[in-house]
Amino acid sequence: MPTAMLSEHHARVAQNNPMVPPVSNSILEARDLALWRGERLLFQKLSFSLGASEALLLSGPNGSGKTSLLRLIAGLIRPTSGVVFWCGAPTNKHERFHNDLNYIGHLDAVKPLLTVAENVEFWSTLRGGDAVQEALNHFCLREIANLPARFLSAGQRRRVGLARLLAAPGKLWLLDEPAVGLDEDSVSALFDAIRKHRAVGGLVVAASHGDLPLENAQKLVLPEIHS
Amino acid sequence: MNIFFAIVRRDVMLALRRMSDTMSVLLFFILAIVLFPLGIGPELNVLSRIAAGTIWVVALLAAMLSLDRLFQIDADEGGLDLLILAPLPLEVVVIAKCLAHWLVTGVPLIVSAPILSVLLNMSSDGFLVMIVAMVLATPTLSLIGAVGAALTVGTRRGGVLVSLLVLPLLTPVLILGASAVDLALAGLNAVPLLMLLGAVLLVAALLCPWAAASGLRLTIE
Repeated sequence: MPTAMLSEHHARVAQNNPMVPPVSNSILEARDLALWRGERLLFQKLSFSLGASEALLLSGPNGSGKTSLLRLIAGLIRPTSGVVFWCGAPTNKHERFHNDLNYIGHLDAVKPLLTVAENVEFWSTLRGGDAVQEALNHFCLREIANLPARFLSAGQRRRVGLARLLAAPGKLWLLDEPAVGLDEDSVSALFDAIRKHRAVGGLVVAASHGDLPLENAQKLVLPEIHS
Repeated sequence: MNIFFAIVRRDVMLALRRMSDTMSVLLFFILAIVLFPLGIGPELNVLSRIAAGTIWVVALLAAMLSLDRLFQIDADEGGLDLLILAPLPLEVVVIAKCLAHWLVTGVPLIVSAPILSVLLNMSSDGFLVMIVAMVLATPTLSLIGAVGAALTVGTRRGGVLVSLLVLPLLTPVLILGASAVDLALAGLNAVPLLMLLGAVLLVAALLCPWAAASGLRLTIE
C-alpha cells in the first residue's frame, strides 16, 4: 500500500484515505529520503507517494524538519540520500517541474514598496499566470489592491502571499504553515481554494504544527529530534 | 523574455521608489570627487594628472555601496526562493537583476563622470573615451559584483565582505579604464584598451551569471 512511511521507531504514520491509487498512478513520489542539517539527522527512510487530487499533511513539533522537507520537495535543498519523483522523473531532471510548482514558504515574499496588486502581478507574470484579479478577489484583497504593501498587517501580507497560488497555475502546491496569522474568513477562503485545486486534480503538501482541515489527506508525522 | 523584463522592470521600479538608497551611490560619487581638490589643493596640473584615476577609483567604490542589497533584500523577504523556483534558469534571473542594477547605478555614474571630471580639470579630449570606457566597464562591475553579492547572502555586515571579495577582481577594469582615458588625454590611440575592456565584459557576462547562480543555490541551502 503506498503511503507515507518512516522507519517504525522514528515516526508513526496515519493513513485515513481509503481510496489510495496504486503506485503507478502516483505523480509525486518520494523514495527513501534522508536529510542531515548541521549535525542533526532530521529524518531518514522517508517515503510517500501522492496521486492526482491527493493531499499530504506534514505535522510534528517545531524543529522536526517540516519546512526542510517542503524545501527539499521544492528542490531548494538537496536530500542527503533519496529521490523525489515528479511524473516519473526526478524533480531536478524534470523540465517542467518548476512550472508545475507553487511554493508558499513561511516568508511571504511581499515587497513593501510595491502595491498589493503589483506584488501579485509580478509573481503571476513570473510563473506565466494571468489570473491576478481572480486571486485578489478570492482573498478579499480588492479594496486594498492599490495600497503599498508596507501598510499591511501580518495577516493581510499572508493573504497577498497566498494569492500567488491562484494567480498562476501550478499542479503541486507546497504550503508551509499556510493558515498562520489568518482570520476565520481567510482560512475558509484558503481551504476553499485548496478544495477547488484538488477537485481539478491538483496535489497539495501542507506543513503545520497543528491540524489543518484537509479532507482525506495522508498524514505524515515527523518525530521530535533528540540529539 | 517576458519574465526577464518583468524582473528588470520590478527591480528598477523598486529602486526608483527607494530613492534614498539609489541616490546614495551617486551622492557618494559626487562628494568623494569633490573632496579630492579640497584635499590636494588647487594645483591644476596635479589635479588634471590624477583626474582619470580618481574618477575610476571613486566610481568603483561608489558602486560597492549598492551591491550588498542586490540579493539580500529578496532573501530576507523570501522572494529569493521563488526566483530560484521560477520557470526560467537562475542564470537568466541573475542577468536580469544585473541589468536592473546597472540601469540604476551604472548609468548615473556614466552620466555624471564627465561632468565631475571638469572639477578635476580634466581636458575635454578624454570625455568620449571616458564615456565609452564607462559604458563597457559598469556592466562588468554589476556582473562581478553579483557574484560577491550572491556569495554573501545571509552574512552579517555583508557590504564590507562584498567589497573585499569584489574589489580585487575589478582591478583589471580599473587599470584598463583609467589607462584608456590617460592615453586619450595624451593624444594616443585608446581603442585597444577599450577593446580589452569589452573583452573583460564579455568574459564576465559569460562566467558571472553562472557563478552567481551557483553561489545563490549554495547560500539558500
